[in-house]
Amino acid sequence: MLRKISLAVLAAFSTAVLADINVGVSVSATGPAASLGIPEKNTFALLPQTIGGEKVNYIILDDATDPTAAAKNVKKLVTEHKVDVIIGSTTTPNSLAMIDTAFDSKTPMISMAGNAAVVEPMDAKRAWVFKTAQNDAHMATAILQHMVDNGVKTVAFIGFADAYGEGWFKEFAKIAELRKLQVVASERYQRNDTSVTGQILKILSAKPDAVLIAGAGTPAVLPQKTLKEKGYKGKIYQTHGVANNDFLRVGGKDVEGAMLPVGPLMVAAQLPADNPVKKSALEYVTKYEAAYGKGSVSSFGGHAWDAGVLLSATIPQALKKGKPGTVEFRTALRDALENVKNLPAAHGIFNISPQDHQGFDQRARVMVTIENGTWKLIK
Amino acid sequence: MDLQIILLLGQDGITNGAIYALLALALVLVFAVTRVIFIPQGEFVAFGALTLAALQAGKIPGTVWLLLVAGITVALLDGINLLRERRFSRLPPLLLANIGFPLACAGILWLVPPGGLPLWAQVVLAMVLVVPLGPMLYRIAFQPLASAPVLVLLIVSVAVHMAMMGLGLLFFGAEGSRTPSFTELSFEIAGAPLQGQTILVVLASAILIAGLYFFFERTLYGKALRATAMNRTGARLMGISASMAGKLSFTLAAAVGVFSGILIAPITTIYYDSGFLIGLKGFVGAIIGGLASYPVAALGALLVGLLESYSSFWASAFKEVIVFTLIIPVLLWRSLTSKHVEEEEE
Repeated sequence: MLRKISLAVLAAFSTAVLADINVGVSVSATGPAASLGIPEKNTFALLPQTIGGEKVNYIILDDATDPTAAAKNVKKLVTEHKVDVIIGSTTTPNSLAMIDTAFDSKTPMISMAGNAAVVEPMDAKRAWVFKTAQNDAHMATAILQHMVDNGVKTVAFIGFADAYGEGWFKEFAKIAELRKLQVVASERYQRNDTSVTGQILKILSAKPDAVLIAGAGTPAVLPQKTLKEKGYKGKIYQTHGVANNDFLRVGGKDVEGAMLPVGPLMVAAQLPADNPVKKSALEYVTKYEAAYGKGSVSSFGGHAWDAGVLLSATIPQALKKGKPGTVEFRTALRDALENVKNLPAAHGIFNISPQDHQGFDQRARVMVTIENGTWKLIK
Repeated sequence: MDLQIILLLGQDGITNGAIYALLALALVLVFAVTRVIFIPQGEFVAFGALTLAALQAGKIPGTVWLLLVAGITVALLDGINLLRERRFSRLPPLLLANIGFPLACAGILWLVPPGGLPLWAQVVLAMVLVVPLGPMLYRIAFQPLASAPVLVLLIVSVAVHMAMMGLGLLFFGAEGSRTPSFTELSFEIAGAPLQGQTILVVLASAILIAGLYFFFERTLYGKALRATAMNRTGARLMGISASMAGKLSFTLAAAVGVFSGILIAPITTIYYDSGFLIGLKGFVGAIIGGLASYPVAALGALLVGLLESYSSFWASAFKEVIVFTLIIPVLLWRSLTSKHVEEEEE
């Protein structure tokens, strides 16, 4: 008898939970990618609490920048929490580790990682995976375009000795060859290195017109500081991985003049009024800074916000096809995500198609430079 | 590769090597006295540097709270023992040292805005805030296990490292910090620029090493530590308290770590987890010295610094591989030349 009652209670309880929409989140709020993961985590508190009249529960787990933990998290989200959609993770390796479970459980997944490998090449598994962050190739073309326009002929590369640096080098070298730019040096360093003198001396001896530093966050300061210290006078490019205010704080006057491509939200206020992204980007910046203080916004949190934008646009459509917690709902959500058209978000305009699960175009990036300790749009 | 590059790389290697040498010495010291392989050594480097950076930013560093909590824990552990043994007269000094002192630190920070202090005062304050964590750590984590096998101590050491790294993330955040240079001086030697900060690091390290030598050769406490390192039981029979020796060695190790952190903070960006890698390179140096010989450990650490610098020029992607692979031939050579002694079971 007791068992029957408890079963009945359980059943009643679980249906109550199933009526809500459960969003499972795995972010790298600790570990090496913590500076990216923390603003993402902060952003989930700002996402809508009800979509299409249904309550939304965000179940947020930390994967400590560890692919194994990310894989574990996603299993837990799918089996224990019965989530309808997965958001995560922060980094490419972690996102890749999550794809299998998303596919097996037929749960749409929205990654916030940079590398195109998360959604390309399109196959049966990746059909369930979407991505809000610009592909590295988007950003690399912006840098190369700027280099070519400014008469750069030879370029040196220094990047992290990990997936981020390697991914950038591959993209960059490929496009550089097409644009007839000569890569004269390719160096690596660790984010925790206390010195990059050796690498910088080697770069200097190759006498490049420009140097590209492919690092994320404050560790990207060290190469630029060393370049200046050793008297390098050429152009210095950074990647969008440095676009947070800690980079400016740690870099100080050493990073003045660096040029980099970023999502438009970093300079939302400076965008011309007719820019289609301006309004949606400003919305996020205002909300985030109202909650976490002025100047606290970083481009990474924007990727989490954009995942919320995608969900707000697609969940109402999916609700017509099925109840949350069912496979029909999840499939309908996936189909709706694949057909998002002209949706303005914090980082750009989504135009998702069955072949392109990222969906941004050149409106999703602008070139900025660092001037007097702030980001300045290059017109 | 011309002369200038060779000089610059050498200079870079010696600067880093000097820091590694300091850490290697601290590791050898702690291992010799307490048989603990002190993995959290690197955390003291990061805590020292980041505490200084927080003070300079005018913020109250989280290490104050850690100091308070650790102090209260120590006071509780020791206080209960004292009460049980009815040695009430020992209570006031215990409370004063472990609760009064952290409270005083917190009070000073509360009253005096740390951002406005002169640099030397900030350095002293950072040392005062972080160094006492060393002996407290020993009391809390290692003293109850003082006679455990090396492996157990190593496991505890790893646990302490993990805990401290997590606390570091909590206190200082994920992003790193850099402190302003102590000196803006710059010279030119054979066409290669030489930063004043570099000379400062090498000089300070040399002075500290000389100071340690003097401490061990000339002072009673230094001799007591050496005696404990040579023969624990014998030292105890001569009236040297094992827990005093342990605390003292941890204090020295923490002081060396914090000092190194303060030295390199202007040169590079320090993160909450930077210390581990720096400490690990010191450890390679210490291994070259067989975790026993101070001069060989220091030279080994210098070698690690130079190797790192030159390999970052030739093959930057494989730098860490080259540095840490150094351990294999060293271990091979050591196991071939020295006789293996089984650790005595107690």
